[in-house]
Order: sequence, then structure tokens, then C-alpha cells
Amino acid sequence: MATYFLKRLGLSLITLWLLSLVVFYAGQVLPGNPGRFILGPLAAQSAVLALDHQLGVDRPLWVQYWSWISHFVQGNMGISYEYQTAVRPFIASAVEQSLKLAAVAFVIVVPLGIVGGVVAALKVGRPLDRIISISGLSGSTLPEFVSGIVLVAIFSVFFHLLPSTATSPPGASFVTQLDHLLLPAIPLVLVLFGYISRMARAGTIEALDSDYARTATLKGLPRSIVIFRHVLRNSLLPTITVIATQLGYLIGGLVVVETLFNYQGIGRLVYNAVTAKDFPMLEAGVLTIGVVYVLATLLADVAYSFLNPRIRLGGAE
Amino acid sequence: MIPLSERSDPIIPTAELRALETAGVQSPRTVWQQLLRSPTFLVGAFILLFWIVCAIFGNSIAPDDPLAQQLLSVNAHPSGAHLFGTDQLGRDVLSRVIVGAHDILIIAVSATLLGTVLGTVLGLVMGYFGGAVDAIVGRLVETLLALPLIIVSVLFILALGPSVPTLVIVIGFVFAPLIARTVRAAVLGERELDYVAAARLRGDSSLHIMFVEILPNVLSPILVEFTVRIGYAIFTVATLSFLGLGPPPPTPDWGADISANYDVISLYWWETLFPALAIASLVIAVNLIADSVESVLAQ
Amino acid sequence: MTALTPGQRSDASPEGTGPSDALVVDHLDVTYRVRGHDRRAIADVSFRIARGESYGLVGESGSGKSTLAVAVERYLPRNGRVSAGSISVNGRDVLGLDGDALRDLRSKTVSMVYQEPGRALNPSIRVGRQVAEVFEVAGLRRSEALERAEAMLTKVQISDPGSVMRRYPHQISGGMAQRVVVAMALATDPSLLILDEPTTALDATVEAEILDLVAALRTELGSTVLFISHNLAVIAKMCDRVGVLYAGELVEEGPAGDVFDHPRHPYTVGLLRCIPHGGLRKDHGRLDTIPGFLPSPGAARVGCIFAPRCALADDRCRSESPPMSNLGDGRLVSCFHHDKAADLPRSTPVELALLEHPQAPDVVVRLGALSKTFHAHGEDVKALVDIDLELRRGETLGLVGESGSGKTTLARVLLGLIAPDSDSVIELDGGPLASDVRKRGREQLKALQIVFQNPDSALNRRHSVRRIIGRSVRKLAGLSGEALRQRVIELVEAVRMEQRHLLLRPSQLSGGLKQRVAIARAFGGEPRIVVCDEPTSALDVSVQAAILNLLVDLQLAEQVTYLFISHDLRVVGYLSDRIAVLYLGRLMEVGPADIVFSGPHHPYTEALVSSVPSIGEDRRTRIRLSGEIPSAANPPVGCVFHTRCPRRLETGVCETVEPPLVEVAPGHLMRCHIDIDSLRRLQAAEAPLPPAVAASTD
Repeated sequence: MATYFLKRLGLSLITLWLLSLVVFYAGQVLPGNPGRFILGPLAAQSAVLALDHQLGVDRPLWVQYWSWISHFVQGNMGISYEYQTAVRPFIASAVEQSLKLAAVAFVIVVPLGIVGGVVAALKVGRPLDRIISISGLSGSTLPEFVSGIVLVAIFSVFFHLLPSTATSPPGASFVTQLDHLLLPAIPLVLVLFGYISRMARAGTIEALDSDYARTATLKGLPRSIVIFRHVLRNSLLPTITVIATQLGYLIGGLVVVETLFNYQGIGRLVYNAVTAKDFPMLEAGVLTIGVVYVLATLLADVAYSFLNPRIRLGGAE
Repeated sequence: MIPLSERSDPIIPTAELRALETAGVQSPRTVWQQLLRSPTFLVGAFILLFWIVCAIFGNSIAPDDPLAQQLLSVNAHPSGAHLFGTDQLGRDVLSRVIVGAHDILIIAVSATLLGTVLGTVLGLVMGYFGGAVDAIVGRLVETLLALPLIIVSVLFILALGPSVPTLVIVIGFVFAPLIARTVRAAVLGERELDYVAAARLRGDSSLHIMFVEILPNVLSPILVEFTVRIGYAIFTVATLSFLGLGPPPPTPDWGADISANYDVISLYWWETLFPALAIASLVIAVNLIADSVESVLAQ
Repeated sequence: MTALTPGQRSDASPEGTGPSDALVVDHLDVTYRVRGHDRRAIADVSFRIARGESYGLVGESGSGKSTLAVAVERYLPRNGRVSAGSISVNGRDVLGLDGDALRDLRSKTVSMVYQEPGRALNPSIRVGRQVAEVFEVAGLRRSEALERAEAMLTKVQISDPGSVMRRYPHQISGGMAQRVVVAMALATDPSLLILDEPTTALDATVEAEILDLVAALRTELGSTVLFISHNLAVIAKMCDRVGVLYAGELVEEGPAGDVFDHPRHPYTVGLLRCIPHGGLRKDHGRLDTIPGFLPSPGAARVGCIFAPRCALADDRCRSESPPMSNLGDGRLVSCFHHDKAADLPRSTPVELALLEHPQAPDVVVRLGALSKTFHAHGEDVKALVDIDLELRRGETLGLVGESGSGKTTLARVLLGLIAPDSDSVIELDGGPLASDVRKRGREQLKALQIVFQNPDSALNRRHSVRRIIGRSVRKLAGLSGEALRQRVIELVEAVRMEQRHLLLRPSQLSGGLKQRVAIARAFGGEPRIVVCDEPTSALDVSVQAAILNLLVDLQLAEQVTYLFISHDLRVVGYLSDRIAVLYLGRLMEVGPADIVFSGPHHPYTEALVSSVPSIGEDRRTRIRLSGEIPSAANPPVGCVFHTRCPRRLETGVCETVEPPLVEVAPGHLMRCHIDIDSLRRLQAAEAPLPPAVAASTD
């Protein structure tokens, strides 16, 4: 089991390294010269070149990469072109905000998705199952801005129930913060519900159809025990991995929701950085997102291997 | 008649039932027949057909020219003259909604096709060869998947400039790894079957085995994946155009229109609501189709 | 719910009905609803099992036997229902029970053991807990239940039950898992124990032990047993009475010995003739077959269900359904011509024109010092160790061994699908054969082909038969155009199929037909050696005989060499000229088939042969092996068989020195420290006791 963990850790590090390469390269693909951007289109070419030199963007690519990545690993994320101050505080605060929003969404969607998937599996083929499956699928493909807008229209504009911005006033209480985060979390919940319930449903159907479920029922166990003690244990195992990978998808969705609800999260930050061609901010932001995703996947893998006796204890003798 | 037995949950079929169920082959004709009998498919197909008609014949169907700005009736409420009202530039919302179907459908379907073809090839190669090829390419795929799709799309579209072909290519490429994952899993299952070994023993090349032997057997999951992906493609196109990266204005575009008129939603809600409903209906239609295709092919 | 004490049954005898029968099935019909149509899987079946009796239900696929098993526990799939008739256990009507009573029935009165023991256990819960659960349902507290569970495991002869209780199912072997399942089934001392193919997935020696165990426990507890299997020999061994199911109908019933010695229904007669028993060998003649096909499940029935395939059928049989006639002495038969059944004309002529074998036929394939080591999880698993073997032209070399023996690995190495270890030698016609199939030229590929075990997996489901066979001819024989078309037709006719089959896809063919296609494909390039890897194991008995006959005919026509791999010793004995016995990757014995089977032979071969149940033959005393098959990653020191060998030498040499493979008689090689004359003497005498359990390492 320890070897398994180390192997997964090693693979994660390789993924992160590849990620940094991709991110760095993509940052260079974007057209736009930083010097030109900062000084504006009317500045003299010589001034632009001088600034370029000062910023270090005229060095060979691999030197720039090495400089960047070694600083990043030590916590130095460079200076933002747009704001001319350190990138790191922006990213740190943005990540914190996004995680808060993500947490609210997760707390709602994980139990909902699991229950939805299990119920659909128990009533497979019947109307309830089709409804849950189709709603899940529709929810996950309905763009967040569409559901977001509809929700804002209903709850904010017409009924004034919930605030239409996600940012609470500074120093607000926990409850007030929650109040603000609720509406923006719902589009996220809708998207994730589909994936999680789908996985839970598939896992539960497989477990219900298994020989060991048959054995349990034929032992005379009541159906609730068969489901809770025998079936769910096995069916929810794969769902754990899905939940972690959803984190990556979530972060993509945050761009839209944060824009819509005026929230200073990491998605919005990265999007702004892209349009502003603020390379350091952009690269640091995307890499941070990647790190969070890889970490989450690693944690899910470890949790899965711990909970699955076949991996935890090794094979048959 | 003795009543049905107790449980209502799925159960392992007996050998006899399995024999009954596998007797008789699922020809393409029976698949179609079953689809046409499924209410979810019919509803979804009907809605989709409606939008396809709009996409092809939009300009002929629309009551007004979607680009014509009638400055005298700006922000008009929905009425007899303008069923969906007009927007901030006096353009008829209904016409814009109808014509707007064109770009989103073209891009979504083409991108999904591209992604499916690429993803299938990638998945076949990864699944069949396994070993080092699978590990390396798999690592790359995992890396790309770690990046949120929207961000990646945004990056590349900004780099290449927003336009219909760019969107198709970027979305297609971004979808390919996801589809490759599904195909790879299916191929892994097929690879162990004996007919693959038999093909090797005939001296068939790997290329032949992948495309002539294995591919026909994984078409079913690919088809399901394709229909599901179209839904996601619509999602992605709509989101990108909402973020300003879609087909450039003044082309009628649902996402862009929503984005442009969002700030006045409390006053002129129809300018945002109708395009939003259009997106929602298209998405639901595609999902109904995907769900019915999946349940028919699963038998 | 009342707590149980051993030996006390919890079922109450209801008032009124005579409680002497544990199970009464009366005019039972079971129907499945598939794709909008009703299909009857069981048609008007009636039988009863008395208390303490063991009743066997024999049938091939589609006979309805597994449906019957689950119907008794009311566990039919969602689209199945009992459409007529009744089922009573101890006089209580099963079909009318409500939820609580049904659970009570399942927990205390009826238990079931079915195939694939490994899958019957929940992989995420420890073994002990799962066994204890049975007691908890009956009302015991957790601590008491665990104690009783451990006691039960001892009863099924699991040594060190405490350690097994703490393990997870993937950490125990198949044989041990089945013992656990048996323990769970017998824990509450049920009135009725249903066994549905309980040993089909197990190795021969393990199967024999499980059957012995069930028989012993049955005697001790006095349980009633319903034993369902397609294997007539197993039924003959385990059951007092037997019922023969065909296509959902009961066609014959009676005391087991009587039915098998004097069958009265043409189907039973045919079935018995399909099996090569009594040491039958291909030299003696062809196996008889049952012509035609099993009716598709749920097909409409007019007249006798077996008439389309019966040589005795007349117009009356085809229009009227024969009633169940009582022949006295508990014999029931559903046939108009039961008095003539024993003289059922053969459908396949007996005579076989065997060619004279040259004294020493040429060697076509030679394997020298062949080894294969797998590296997994940091361990070295020696799947094959130092194999020296020759295949001669026109002969059949049978390869036997249980799981872990390496026989499948051997076949795959020979074919080039797996690379052997570096010093291995593989020669074809005296010249080296590339160890990777991709490096072999067309001549070599042509020469060496295979027929796989599972026809569903071996044929591409999306290709037509014509394409499957045609591709093989094109690539191996190099034909195209008209010549190709002709050859495909030739092959199809050689395997006794019709041209119309060419257009069909595998899913439209039965198992037997699919296997014929696989054979036609293998013969596409006129091979000289064909590896047959369990070619009939996935087929019904009646189909198996036809395929075996076909293989023999093809061998004679084309002078092909077969490497015939099977776990079914009777079939191997029928078909093979020479036999090689593998154990844990090592050759234990090679020699002429009749000698290897009847002795004097290696102690392992002796145990293997004695573990095969037989019908109506002299019941040989069983050699019992102890312990489990050791893992190939950790083979025993010295002779790898010594841990289970009942004839282990006192001197201790078996535990320290691995015996070499020596020629003990012309053409007969053996790997054993005991010399051949001592073996001859020992094996003619009494069967030995199994060795002391302490030697085994589970």
C-alpha cells in the first residue's frame, strides 16, 4: 500500500511538471508583447525593447521557464504586468474565495448526487430513474450562466430572496456569507449533480446485480441491510474518484459563475489575466488550479485504495 | 396468476433468461424501431429538428432581419409586432433567436465530430498498444484534463482569434482526450478477447486489428459518447460566446446576446430570457436523445 | 425469531398436509417476459423430494434448471414469474408467502450454493463477518454469532479458521471460498439445500473434495439436497434420485443408478452415449451424438418436445404430447416409446477408419528447456519450468493440469503470443521458431493454429462467418478471388455446416456452430499443428460429442497434430494418443494415454484420475489430497507436489530434492522419487491416507 501511494505521488509530480510546461508554453503562445502592452501602442520601439529586457522576456525560453518554475516552487509567483505588484496575494485570496464557494457547492451536491444515483439504481428502468438520469444529464450540460441568470431572475429580481452578488460585505458573519454564496453555488450544483449521480447509479446497479448481493438476499437479510451493508459499500467506491475529478471541472465552471455574481475567485482572476495578457498572473493562476486538481485526484486515489481491501491488503495467496 | 416475486431491484438473470435475451440480433433496423417508439427520443428529436430547421432556413422563417436596428422601438416589450420584444439596438429578439441557432449547431456538431474522430483514434492506439505508449500518452491526457476546459479553450481562442473554424478546432481538440478515455476503456476490454489473438495468429498487422477488428465492436459506446458530447459542446460554445469569445458580432448569437443584455435584466428581462430558454431547450433536447440512444443500445 | 441450537430445525410442520416431503413442485410453469413476448422456460414440471433425500436435476443449457433453483427461493429476475403451478417446502406454499415469511424461509429453511464461489462473497467485508451474519439473522448476538461461525468453518474442514475469518474474500482460494459458502448454507441447518453447479468452476481435485464434504455433512445433518448440474457423473455420485430436464420439461425420473444404467427416455440414452466413459478411446469408435439443436427457449411446442431430434419419433410423437408414465419402482418417463429407448439407433456410425501409425512418427514440434517466468508485484512467478516435450505428426498429445499448472501458458508460448524465457528452445520441423508471433513468416503461421475455448470470445461478433473464415484463408493460404471462395465453401462443408451459414454473424449461431466456425478458421491454411485449448468446455454435452468427432475426422483427413488441453480427463483420455501431466509448471508425467491413465502412474496423476466421478464403473477408491494447490510464486522446495502427495517417502527426499524427469519405460517419462515397480505395487493395493495436514501452508 505504501508503494502504491509513492507510485501515485510520483506520477502526480510528473503530471504537475508536464502541466507547468504546457502552461508556460501556452502563455508564450498568446500574442502580445508585455513591453508593448504596458507602455501602450504609441511608445517608441526602443523603450519597448528596454522594458522587455528589464522584464526578462528577451531571454531564451528555457531560461525563462527555469527561472519561473524555480521561483514558483519557492512561493514567488512573480510580478503582475497589470497591477505591477506581487502576484501571490491575488492568487492566495482568490483561491480562498473559490474554495469557499466550491465547498458550499460540494456540501450540497455530494449527498444529493449520491442519494439521487442510488435511488435511480434501486428503481432502474422505472420513471423515477429516467427522470433522475435525464435531469442529471441536462443539469450538467446546461451552461451555468443560463441557470445562473434564471436563478438570479427568480430569486433576486422577482422575489428579492437572495443577494445577486456573491461577495459579502467585509467582516460579515458566517451566515451572511453563506447567504451570499448560496445562489452562485446552485448552478455548480446542477452541473455536478449529473456526474455524481451517474457514477453512483452505475456503481449501485453493478453491485445490486452481483453474486454477493444475491447471497446476502438469500441469507434472508432484509432489503435495507442488503443495500446499506453490502451494496453501498462497493458501489460508492468508484464515486469517490469521480468526486475528486469534479473539482477540476468545477474550477472551469467558476469562471462563468464568478463573473456573473461578481466574485473575486480564481476563475475570474485567470480569465481577467488572459484578456489583459498578464502572463505572470495567468501562468501562476492556471498552474495553481492544476496543482489543486492533481492534489485532489491524488487524495481521491489514496482514499480509494485505502477503502478497497483488494488494494489495501494485496492479492490472494 | 401468482403475483410477482418480492424484490423490485435488479437481479442476476438465470442462464435461461440470458439465453432468451441474447437470442436474436440487434440489427440497425431494430435499433431505429426501438428509438422511434421511445417517447424521450421523440420529444428530443422533435425539438432538435425544430432548431435544425431554424438553423438551415432561419433567414427565411424569421419575421424580421436579425441585424436590422429599428431605433424607434428600442427595448420594446413582447407584443404582436415583436413576439419576443426587441433589444437595446431595436433588433427583433425572435429573429435573432431563430437565426442564432445556425452557428451554435454548426460549431457544436462539427466540433463533436472532430473530437470523436480524434478521440477514437487516440483511444484505439492507447488501448491497443498499452504499455509505454499508453503510459506516456495517458500521462499527457491526464495533464490536459487537469486544466479546466474553459480556461484552455479561452487561451487558444484568444491566441488564434475567435471565429467559427477556430471554435470548432479548439473545442474538438479539447474534447478528444475525454472521448479517448471512454474509447480506451472499451478497447481494453476487447483486447483481451480471443478473436484479437486469432487475428495476430493470422499475421494481421496492428493497424488492421485496431480498425477492422476492434473498432466495429466499440462503436456502440462511441455513439453514446458522441450524442452525450454534443450536449457538452453546446454548453461550451454558449459559455465561450457568453465570455465574448464566440463568433464575432453582429452575428446573432445566443450567448453573446445574453452577455450583452445581462446588465439590464431587471428592466428588460426578455432580452436575456428568450435566448437563455433557447439554449436550455436545445440542451435538453440533445440530452433526451442521448439518454434514449444509450438505453436502447444498452440492451 | 428463536435462537438456534444445532440439530434442531426451526420449520414447523403445518397442520393437515403430510410433512414427509421437503420439496413439492407441482405442475410448475415459469415464464419470462422478453422484449414484449412471453417465453416459457419451465413447462408443467412436477417432482417431489422426500426428507433427507438427495435429488439430482440434470439438464443442458436452456433446460430450465437454474430457473427452477431460483424459483424455489422466489428469486426470479424481475421479468420472470410463476405462471402456473405451486412450490411447497415442508408443506408450506412458497409462492404465497409475504415479505417476513419469505425472509424467514430463506434464512432458516432453504439455502443455496451456486457457481463461482469467489463472487458469492462480498469483497469488502471480512469472511468471518459474512458467515456470522447468517447466525445474526437467526437472532444471535454478534459475539455468539462469530463463535458459531468459527465452529462452522471447522466443520467444513478449514484448518486455522480463526485466520480465515479475518481475511477478505480475495485472500482465499476458490476451493476455500466454496467451503465458506457451504458453511454459510448449512449454518442454520436448513431443511432444503439447493446446489446449482457448485463445483463446475473448480479444479478436479478440489471438486472431489467439496463433493465429499457435502456428502459427509449431508449424512451428518440429514439435510435434503437438490443438486443441479449438467455433469451426469457428479449427479450419479451424489444423488439418490435423479430427474432429467430437457427444454423446460421433465422427461425422465427415477433412482439415480437405475436411470443411468437403464435409461428409458431417448434423450437420456443419447446423453449417456455422448460421454466417453468407461475408458472409451477414439480407437474404439466414434462418440454418438444427438442430432439437431436444442429448441430455442420459449418456442411453441406441438407434440413431444424431443421429437425433432429423436430417431424413434413417429407421427404420434409429433402431434401428441406424451404423458408421464409410471413404470413402477419410482421410474417415470415421458415417452411413447420408452420400451425401445435402449435400442435407440445411433446417429453417428461407430466405425472410424484409423490409419496405422508409423512406429515412430516424425517430430514436428520440439520444446526444449522451455521456461516462462512472470514478474508481477515484485515477485517472480514461475509459470513454466524446464519443459521438454515433443509433438509428433498425426498424433494427439493431451495436456492435463489444474489451475496454476501452466497449460494455458504453454499453449500461448508455443503460439508465440507470450515470449518464453531466453534459454527456451522451440523448434518447428527441426528449425527454430520465432518466439514472437509477429516475427513468424507465413509458412510458420500457417502451420500452427489454435481453437479457443470460448467461441463467443474467439469470433469477432461484428464479422460474418464468411469474412471470418475468408480472412484466415486469405492471410494464411494466400488465396484470393474465386480460389478463396471455393476454399471457404470447402471448409464450411468440412465442418458440417451449410453455405447459408456464411452470411450469418456469430450472435445468430449456437455454441456448437460457433465452435465449428472457429475450427474452420483454424484449418483455413492447412495447418499441421492445431492447439485445442479446452475446445468443448463451454459447450453442452450433446454438442461436445459432435465437435470431438469432427476434430478426430479432421485429424485423420489432414494428418494434423493436436495439442489437446482440457481439464476433463474423460475427454482427454478419449482423444489422446499420449498424455502429458503438468503441475505447477512442471511436467510430472508423459506417456501413452492408456498407461498414464490406468497406471502405474505418478501419484498426482493417480489422484487426478481418481477424483473424476464416473457413472456405473467400478468405484475406485478415492485418493484424497490435502491442502490447496500451492501458489506458483512460492512453490514448495524439493518435489513441488510433496505437500499434497499421499505417497510421500518417509526418507524425506521428497521434501528436499526435486526429482528429475526420467524415462521409466519406453516412451513413458515420470518425475518421481518412487521407482516404477514400487508404484505398480503400491497402486494395486489400498488407497493411502492423505498426508498430515501440518505440511500444508494455508
